[in-house]
Amino acid sequence: MSTPHVLLGLLAGGTKHGYDLKRAHDERLPQARPLAYGQVYATLGRLVRDGLVAPAGQERLAGPDRTAYALTEEGRDALDLWLSTVEPPMPHVNSTLFAKVVVALLVADVTRARTYLIAQRRAHTDRLRELTALKTNPTATVDDVVAADYAIAHLDADLRWLHTTLDRVADWHREVHR
Amino acid sequence: MTQLQARGLVRSYGPTPALRGITMEVAEGEIVAVTGPSGCGKSTLLHCLAGILRPDAGEVAWRGHRIDTWSEAARSRLRRTEFGVLFQFGQLVAELTAAENVALPLLLAGTGRRAARTAALTWLDRFGVAELADVRPGEMSGGQQQRCATARALVTEPRVLFADEPTGSLDTLTGEQVLTQLVRLAREQRTTVVLITHEPRIAAYADREIVLRDGVIDHTGLGLDAAPVTGGVR
Ligand SMILES: Nc1ncnc2c1ncn2[C@@H]1O[C@H](COP(=O)(O)OP(=O)(O)OP(=O)(O)O)[C@@H](O)[C@H]1O
Ligand SMILES: [Mg+2]
Repeated sequence: MSTPHVLLGLLAGGTKHGYDLKRAHDERLPQARPLAYGQVYATLGRLVRDGLVAPAGQERLAGPDRTAYALTEEGRDALDLWLSTVEPPMPHVNSTLFAKVVVALLVADVTRARTYLIAQRRAHTDRLRELTALKTNPTATVDDVVAADYAIAHLDADLRWLHTTLDRVADWHREVHR
Repeated sequence: MTQLQARGLVRSYGPTPALRGITMEVAEGEIVAVTGPSGCGKSTLLHCLAGILRPDAGEVAWRGHRIDTWSEAARSRLRRTEFGVLFQFGQLVAELTAAENVALPLLLAGTGRRAARTAALTWLDRFGVAELADVRPGEMSGGQQQRCATARALVTEPRVLFADEPTGSLDTLTGEQVLTQLVRLAREQRTTVVLITHEPRIAAYADREIVLRDGVIDHTGLGLDAAPVTGGVR
């Protein structure tokens, strides 16, 4: 995920302190890894250096953590460009899960790969159930639901892949070791 | 308390074995998903548990009463009063309006007309289709029909709901809305649910998943026993 662009986006609505940025980030992206303050300030520092964000407000005397930040003209342009650029749809299959099955087949037998697939399926299923419970909870916000949906769709796709691969694993092993 | 119990269920259609020895239990208030590839016996299991089909061998018990030996009339009464059944394509009565469809199970169970209509309207409202009360199924979308069918399956406040691919004919969002509401109401009323699906994301609404493979419960959940093992081939 592009944290600098997310911060630019959060600043688009108006000036914010580092603390507000962290809170807004965690609230809007509820299933993302929460931002550490250190990461917020390091990213802000780079954005300031590149002229995309500028310190604003009179509270600078009180210390760096009280500084408010604002989007600059260049920052707004950079944000617009990012938002109008389509993400390349899966240019590489960079999944550790996928790589692990490949390596299991290379170094071990079918049973090893199957055992891994089964354990992974269980973990995926548990997580799917957890996210479904989270999103169907009557207190879930739309932020929660949309974030859970994203993860659910991906877990669901992985699970389908785990199922079909399990059926193909014997053929696959034979081909790898021909 | 155990709501449903099956022991050693076997059922064939002529020479085709559909169930080859299923033993399972569902607790009161539990939501259980039954999954597995097409033709593995999910619908046959549901029909046996709901007393629609009789197993060739084995037993089905509901709250400790063995029901597979009951007469068709007794089982059909049980289905009207204690069970709700919901299929992939709602199967509403085409000649009746939504409200009449939903009121029907109550009328069959002896509820008065006025009370049945009131309850029907309440349940249509719970599924967000109160405005369709006087519309016939032919003039509704698939999603609207399925919401009405779900309301009809729950209107008698059954102890057990049997749902066979209830969202199978709906788009993702509509299916999800129907299912979310169904699960929420089932939990509120402590209704036991047997939910058949082949989709992982639908099964995830349940508390537990039972995976079938070729008419038996697949304990690995992945058909490990059925898949050919060719380890050691070089
Ligand atoms: N009425 C019937 N007459 C003959 N064979 C049947 C009948 N119903 C089901 N079968 C057979 O019994 C087996 C189990 O069928 P069943 O409908 O229970 O599977 P299922 O898991 O519900 O499949 P699907 O996911 O496709 O709905 C299959 O081999 C099927 O062909
Ligand atoms: Mg079926």
